[in-house]
Amino acid sequence: MWEMIVSELTQAMQELARGFAHLLPRIIVVVIMAFVGWVVAYLLKVFLRSILRLIKFDTLSENAGASQLLTKAALPSATDLLCRFVFWVAWLGFILLGVRVLGIAGLEEQIAKFFLFLPRLFVALLILFLGLLGATFLSRAVLLAAVNANFPSPRLLSVSIRSIVIIFVLSMAFEEVGVAEETMLVAFGIAFGATMLGLAIAFGTGGKDLARQFLEKRLVRGTSKDEGKEDDLSPL
Amino acid sequence: MTEASLAEESFLTDDLLRQLINVGEVDILVGVPTHNDAKTIGPIVETIQAGILGFFPRARAAIINVDGGSRDGTRELIVGAGIDDAKSTSKVRTLRTLHSISTQYATTPARGTALRTILAAAELLRAKACAVVSPESTQITTEWLTSLLRPAYIEDFDLVLPTYRRHRFDGILLSNLLYPMTRALYGLRIREPYALDFAFSGRLGSQFLAENVWHDEAAQAGSETQFTLTAIAGGYRICQSFLGSKDQIERRSVDLVPAMRQTVGALFASLEPKVSLWSTTNGSLPISTTGPEQEFTLEPLRVNRKRLRDMFLTGVTELESVFQSILSPSTLAELQRIARLEETGFCYSAELWVKTVYEFAAAYHKSVISRDHIIQAMAPLFRGRAFTFLTENRTASAANVEDDIEALCLEFERMKPYLREIWNGRE
Repeated sequence: MWEMIVSELTQAMQELARGFAHLLPRIIVVVIMAFVGWVVAYLLKVFLRSILRLIKFDTLSENAGASQLLTKAALPSATDLLCRFVFWVAWLGFILLGVRVLGIAGLEEQIAKFFLFLPRLFVALLILFLGLLGATFLSRAVLLAAVNANFPSPRLLSVSIRSIVIIFVLSMAFEEVGVAEETMLVAFGIAFGATMLGLAIAFGTGGKDLARQFLEKRLVRGTSKDEGKEDDLSPL
Repeated sequence: MTEASLAEESFLTDDLLRQLINVGEVDILVGVPTHNDAKTIGPIVETIQAGILGFFPRARAAIINVDGGSRDGTRELIVGAGIDDAKSTSKVRTLRTLHSISTQYATTPARGTALRTILAAAELLRAKACAVVSPESTQITTEWLTSLLRPAYIEDFDLVLPTYRRHRFDGILLSNLLYPMTRALYGLRIREPYALDFAFSGRLGSQFLAENVWHDEAAQAGSETQFTLTAIAGGYRICQSFLGSKDQIERRSVDLVPAMRQTVGALFASLEPKVSLWSTTNGSLPISTTGPEQEFTLEPLRVNRKRLRDMFLTGVTELESVFQSILSPSTLAELQRIARLEETGFCYSAELWVKTVYEFAAAYHKSVISRDHIIQAMAPLFRGRAFTFLTENRTASAANVEDDIEALCLEFERMKPYLREIWNGRE
């Protein structure tokens, strides 16, 4: 009886030791991978930071209006944020590759999913950045044109354009990452439709006098003769 | 063979090349760029013909019309303009044939392409001197031709720029920005750096034609200004000729923002490639001028000054975020301060205006935002300065207006070190 217990214990200990001996090199591999990953990710971060500084990415981000958003959200600069993002993605990638060696059931599938998701995340971020750039450029162009044409409420016009573009870009980005795809599309449809309907009603009712004046100015010759006479100064 | 090789190398149409080959070589070429100018072009071409026959009877001459897709029969009017009438009115018998060429360079007008076509034609015809006459110059006289062409054809000048008799309030962009800034930067007192009636030598024309500015949209829009700046930078001989009255009615249709793109945009764009020239130039020198440098007429003119000030106020209020990227905090604060002043106490001083202009030039160089947006953002501020200029000179004599412009020029020169300072650093 005692011998049997000792034998079973020995066997269990041997199996444990065998299992540990089997796992230990893999854990070492994970640690090595994590270390190598950290070094590679760090180098990548340093390299990326120099490239972004060279191309004045922060100025670009400032022009796009992204920097203002980041400041409001108490986040670091665009360059810093992108570098940190790349660092963590690269390091996490290496760690997950190492973890894969452990052979834990079910984990491999999740890791594969993570790697498949990365390009989509990157594309979504790119869409967001370029969208912000486009929204800022367009809203500024509208603002300047409206101010120089002496339009009433130029800032309202500019903010409206910016909001429409940002909503459009956000819906595209969410669709790309697959987060609440349908909800975002419906929300965009409702927001866009409501804005257009609101504008149509506003122009139709509130702006009828303005529209009449505009059409008279354009179509009926001579109406604005006296008004124009005061602005005959030639700049050149 | 020659025709075939020319057609391969040149952007000119085959038809134009054939016409140029038929003409051969000329001594004088007069270019007239047009676009829907049927109302004015007839008398202008007749005056040009009479001017050539009257003042250059021994010269081989040609008139070239470059058209940007007119639909009102402008080209037909020019082609159909016979020189018989001009010959009968001219007292001198012409010894040469006066050729007339017309070409359509595009279906939409483009000043840069029009000038480029005239330059290429002048080079192919080996013209010693070439004049460009605006189709809006309805007050042209035969003397304009000799005033423009003689210095280039006989006196060996490379660029002949005009001076006019203007209303004291006409050309405020010229008197308050282009003239003083060009003078301060490049050291030459050129009254009309943006000229639509001018003449040049064959060598200057060839030099500008060879410059790589024709694919740059901004440079194309301001090709006339670029042309003047090329002559200055190249050390060419430049002079001015007084032409006479230039009625402001001729330029009434010019809107401020496109006008600023063509002139201020071109001037700002020139700063980058010519940095070594302007940063080492101090003071300014007069240039050879035939006739008065500038004459002002003083007849009363209805000007909506209130609108100018209102648009300045709107600009300062609405464009604050844009100005934050362009102007230094102190300049912006000062602009906001004067925007709060009552109309009677409003004053956009010369010093503040010069500071504003130099900061815009530096922002343009650094491309802090889209360069076209920088030029557009300047328009409301220019309106504020125009308001002050109009108010200060409301009852001024011609001499007082001239003194005011001279004081502004000196302010531009005095503050030039500030431009050098902010050019590389960021305030």
